[in-house]
Amino acid sequence: MAIRIDLAQLQELLEGGGQLVEVLPAAEYADEHLPGAINLPLKQLEATTAARLDPARPVIVYCWDGL
Amino acid sequence: MSPRAACRLELLGFTRVYDYVAGKADWLAHGLPTQGEQAQVPRAKDVLRRDVVTALPGEPVGGVAARVARSPYGFALVVANDGTLLGRLHKAVLDTDPSARADHVMEAGPSTVRPDRQLAELAERLRSRGLHTAIVTTPDGKLLGVVQRADMEARLAGQP
Repeated sequence: MAIRIDLAQLQELLEGGGQLVEVLPAAEYADEHLPGAINLPLKQLEATTAARLDPARPVIVYCWDGL
Repeated sequence: MSPRAACRLELLGFTRVYDYVAGKADWLAHGLPTQGEQAQVPRAKDVLRRDVVTALPGEPVGGVAARVARSPYGFALVVANDGTLLGRLHKAVLDTDPSARADHVMEAGPSTVRPDRQLAELAERLRSRGLHTAIVTTPDGKLLGVVQRADMEARLAGQP
């Protein structure tokens, strides 16, 4: 089960090479996203799209507020 | 949405998956930088003043009044040791008993805004209520500073 993290833990993971993934739709990502985040919308999240991610590094997902 | 995405990634074989549950709303509310088409929209953080006078809860207001008199503000904000905003000291109470504790005479729980609040909307809100200043905190109540309506209006008018 994924570990829930707060802002401070997020910043630590990013400093350590974590990969940041916004899972909101593309239009919301285009409006505004966290620096360095890539966009993998939940509805399109499958093996082929997730192949952009390095499985050896931490992956941090986020949406608007977790809901 | 992010918990479902995290679960999906684990099913796809990723073993080091983390969920920043508070998400983009939390990041923005801390006034942190962003990228994208809306990233340059003027926000409260862009005109934030950090030089507001602060006082500790147990501090006598006499010393606070002296600092306020040397500042461009007519009030002080009471903060805990960890930076949490507790209240506001109005000019009227600063001019009374100088030995009074700040937390005994403050206005507790003043209204606040987050640093990602868009300037146009915030300026209009202040204008409609006849207010000139808003207090800015993080989502967990830590004081960041204040914003002034005049600064917002100048920024929105294209002045530096």
